[in-house]
Amino acid sequence: MVKKGTWVLVKKVVLLPEERPLTLPKDTLKTPLLMWIKGHLLEDASLGNQVQIKTLTGRLEQGELIEVQPTYRHDFGDFVPELQIIDNLVKAELFGGETSE
Amino acid sequence: MKKSVGVDYSQFELSPIAFDYEKMMKQTGYSLSEMREIQLNHGVGKTPLKELKNITALARKVSKPGYGARIFIKDEALNDSGSFKARRASIACYHAKKLGYRGVIAATSGNYGAAVASQAAKYGLKCIIVQECYDSFGVGQPEIVEKARACESYGAEVIQLSVGPELFYVFLKLLEDTGYFNASLYTSFGVSGIETLGVELIEDCLRITGKVPDTVVITNAGGGNLTGTARGILQATNFPVQIVGASVNLKGLHMASDGDFNRKSFTTGHTGFGIPFITYPDRSDVPRSGARPLRYIDRYVTVNQGEVFFMTETLSVLEGIERGPAGNTSLAAAFSLAQEMKDDQIIIVQETEYTGAGKHHQSQLSFARKNGIDIFFGNPEEEIPGKNIILPRSLDCIKARDLNLMEIKESYLNNALKNVTQVHEIDLQYLSNEINEPIDYIVNYLQGKKIKMEAKNGNQIHKVG
Repeated sequence: MVKKGTWVLVKKVVLLPEERPLTLPKDTLKTPLLMWIKGHLLEDASLGNQVQIKTLTGRLEQGELIEVQPTYRHDFGDFVPELQIIDNLVKAELFGGETSE
Repeated sequence: MKKSVGVDYSQFELSPIAFDYEKMMKQTGYSLSEMREIQLNHGVGKTPLKELKNITALARKVSKPGYGARIFIKDEALNDSGSFKARRASIACYHAKKLGYRGVIAATSGNYGAAVASQAAKYGLKCIIVQECYDSFGVGQPEIVEKARACESYGAEVIQLSVGPELFYVFLKLLEDTGYFNASLYTSFGVSGIETLGVELIEDCLRITGKVPDTVVITNAGGGNLTGTARGILQATNFPVQIVGASVNLKGLHMASDGDFNRKSFTTGHTGFGIPFITYPDRSDVPRSGARPLRYIDRYVTVNQGEVFFMTETLSVLEGIERGPAGNTSLAAAFSLAQEMKDDQIIIVQETEYTGAGKHHQSQLSFARKNGIDIFFGNPEEEIPGKNIILPRSLDCIKARDLNLMEIKESYLNNALKNVTQVHEIDLQYLSNEINEPIDYIVNYLQGKKIKMEAKNGNQIHKVG
């Protein structure tokens, strides 16, 4: 049970696939237009429920409750070995010879 | 739209085709000194112009003797919110506050969102940013996710959508429901906010080198960046400065395709926006766009994704300056262009952007690899956007490749004169200004398309004396 007032993320369908303009590329046409918004829960709820939230600007929105206290997880990515190769290439070009003494 | 930007565009119309661009830019804009003051009082402007001595030396290693222009960079990442977009946002938000709006809205997946949110915070304005962030599987482009985080850190409400042009409809509905100000990128004050950048880089260059730059390279997407900078440069100096637009080449990828969305590593500053907007500026969210790059551009080049990533890493490891890849599109182009110039000439890269989780070139390359994009060293010319990212295997592979500007100008005319059978005399000068070509060029085009030209007295024009 997620308490009223908790900061949450909801997802809602804005347009069903059949409601989208036919000029869109085929792959996009097969999918609904989805929206994700964050806000404070207006009532106690459980994950997966259709809920109402109040956004930061005071608007009311509704959608499926999908995350509680949504967290950012984007990062600096996995190690990309090519970057070291670039380092060696440009340093060798500019400074010449052994640069890793 | 009129209510949401506070501008009555009909007052500028001269004919069905032509409008008074300069009147629009003056009337609804602020003077240069007003804008400089607004910006400086709000964490924007007077960013350093830095000479990239090591990258210049690197370019000279692959240039002919006596060639290899001095490469400078205007470090716009140091504006509050981390990009030159703050120059546009500062004027838009100042204007909204002045007009008494309670809040501002911008539709943008890019740095402009964070810029508007940051400026809105300073003015105590509410802020909503609408982004196209996720594909239909809910996979977010890391760069856009980071932008959302930044907007939220400045107190804005962020609405994220899956792929599709219907974002514009959602955005319009929000404008209607909230009565907030449309902080559009394409209003005159949105564009003229960048004029201060153009003025500054001339002033900075004169102060540091005693000369005006020969070439300025400006990343081009919607056209506002180039338009504003060029207008600023023209106000600061009479010396001819070559204006070069640069975009990342994303040929073959469809901007509205769900499948293609996460197969590109650049969400802005690319040909997917650059070409449609330069050939038809009035496709934006305002009736008449302030962004009209064809009026000013001397050359339009593209670089490939691999080249920009390569130069981003190089900037970090040879200059100790760590910046986001999207802000280095012009740097990659400049590295190539500098080699064509003499070593006493000056080329300025007009911007940088901040970097961090999601935006970082390692984040983007790692994300691309996870999405099945092949990354390897080779000839960047062979890069196929959506399929691979080719990092230059040697310095001489890095090339700014020209787009055919005359073809682009003709495309512009085709769009502007679609289904038109007759133009008025006033349209000739307008179109000439729009594409920066003499009136004779326009007349030849019209004659070729058998479009009639009507003089003020109602007679047909057959030749311009």
